[in-house]
Amino acid sequence: MATQHSRSAARLMIAPAVFALMVWMLIPLCMTLYFSFADYRPMRGSFEPWIGFENYVRFVTSSSFVDSVVTTLQMVGGILLITIVGGVMMALLLDKPMFGQGIVRILVIAPFFVMPTVSALVWKNMFFNVDNGLFSYAFQGLGMEPYDFLSQAPLFSIIVIVAWQWLPFATLILLTAVQSLDSEQLEAAEMDGAPALSRFRYIILPHLSRAITVVILIQTIFLLSIFAEIFVTTNGAFGTRTLTYLVYQRVLESQNIGLGSAGGIIAVILANIVAIFLMRIVGRNLD
Amino acid sequence: MARAITTRKKAMWTALAWAFGLLMFFPILWTFLTSFKTEATAIADPPVWFFFDWTTENYADVFDRSNYPLALTNSIIIAVGSTLLGILIAVPAAWAMAFVPGRRTKDVLLWMLSTKMLPAVGVLYPLVLVAKWLDILDSRILLVVVLMLINLPIIVWMLYTYFREIPGEILEAARMDGANLRNEILYVLTPMALPGIASTVLLNIILAWNEAFWTILLTTVSAAPLTKFIASFSAPEGLFYAKLSAASMLAIAPILVMGWFSQKQLVRGLTFGAVK
Repeated sequence: MATQHSRSAARLMIAPAVFALMVWMLIPLCMTLYFSFADYRPMRGSFEPWIGFENYVRFVTSSSFVDSVVTTLQMVGGILLITIVGGVMMALLLDKPMFGQGIVRILVIAPFFVMPTVSALVWKNMFFNVDNGLFSYAFQGLGMEPYDFLSQAPLFSIIVIVAWQWLPFATLILLTAVQSLDSEQLEAAEMDGAPALSRFRYIILPHLSRAITVVILIQTIFLLSIFAEIFVTTNGAFGTRTLTYLVYQRVLESQNIGLGSAGGIIAVILANIVAIFLMRIVGRNLD
Repeated sequence: MARAITTRKKAMWTALAWAFGLLMFFPILWTFLTSFKTEATAIADPPVWFFFDWTTENYADVFDRSNYPLALTNSIIIAVGSTLLGILIAVPAAWAMAFVPGRRTKDVLLWMLSTKMLPAVGVLYPLVLVAKWLDILDSRILLVVVLMLINLPIIVWMLYTYFREIPGEILEAARMDGANLRNEILYVLTPMALPGIASTVLLNIILAWNEAFWTILLTTVSAAPLTKFIASFSAPEGLFYAKLSAASMLAIAPILVMGWFSQKQLVRGLTFGAVK
């Protein structure tokens, strides 16, 4: 169907997008790679173009790197756990017959559209604040001591904030998957006397497994670069410094470009490991 | 009899779902309520729910005494600008990939997606450096370009999935009738593709509006959009809940409305067709 003429026209039409992304990806990444092998600290005026793998060694062997990886894993893991378990339950609930389903959907999805700085500030001040936050009032109302969430349990607090933002996303995608479930199969199982839990375990969960995998992979990629929520709430203090945040601090706060760039390259490699799995699934679906 | 049980069950599910829905929505509702209180009422102990003297003075304050109008203008320019620029580049690419697929089309698509997965910190310093060289740090044009590039893979991808749903036979028929490439695009494809393009625009304005890494780190004041403006509220202590709420509501209200219209596109745009 495609003629030689339309082929070359097509190539011409794709070219700007490919070129833009190529430039966007290659030039900065190569620069980061270049800096990662240099001793480059502009505030001290020092620039030594080649120091081998020293930055990588220093970055990886520092305790802040290990801490940041642990923090990142805890944060991403915690958020995934809440959003997947909560998302499956919400999706199943929203699929039930009810009055005002459209409105409930809107209520549930809303947090996803709140900009990260707003949700972080609202949670930080109006909910977590030890003096005036709603949680403190609630605790007092129950006869308990107010709890200073952001300094006593900072990591948990950030997990709550981000999970609140991403639960709608998981719910929405899992709901799409739930709705494509063959209801006759479920009805047949119910007729045969299969209890609700077995129906979930043997019919619903296997059907959702693909969607769950996709949600995990996509969220992981986005969650690995959580920034604004940490920036606004703890600024990386009290054990909330993720790998992304550590690199940001090295590059822009302490202006150790070489060290930060080495960290950036490591972050790219780690994210790529996740990305490969996601690309496989997406690629399979393209055919 | 069976009907009665169904209704009772339905009422139960309704109650449960509404409870969860309201729980999820509560922080937004609370921000909304607080934005109409005075600062003293906002931190009243015990908290005041609905019965207080509703005031709009916080909204007036936010407009008068801060950079809010500038931040709003910047947000609009950056979100709309980057989306339109992205559409301009992506429509031809997506069209070509959907209707003249070659051997490499799939690879190109996947490669484009892979750029989306590049962690921003990996290219943070080079970008700051290049922006300094070009003297465009803290400028709208920088953010328009950067956000366009971040979202370009999603734009191409969404358009591609929409375009692919347009049946190829229609194109062939148009060609049989003597339509050339230009007419084909103008009179056959565009009308069919418009809904898809509109949805893509909507979702990407939302994504660009809420982007909070580059917008915070690449701006200071003059190009700072709402994300950055709101982040600057994290410093002051004391009596500012009502004003913070008003500023927050203004920042999220337009996007909430748009978001509710784009629920379906969200799944399509952010799962890259992996969930149907």
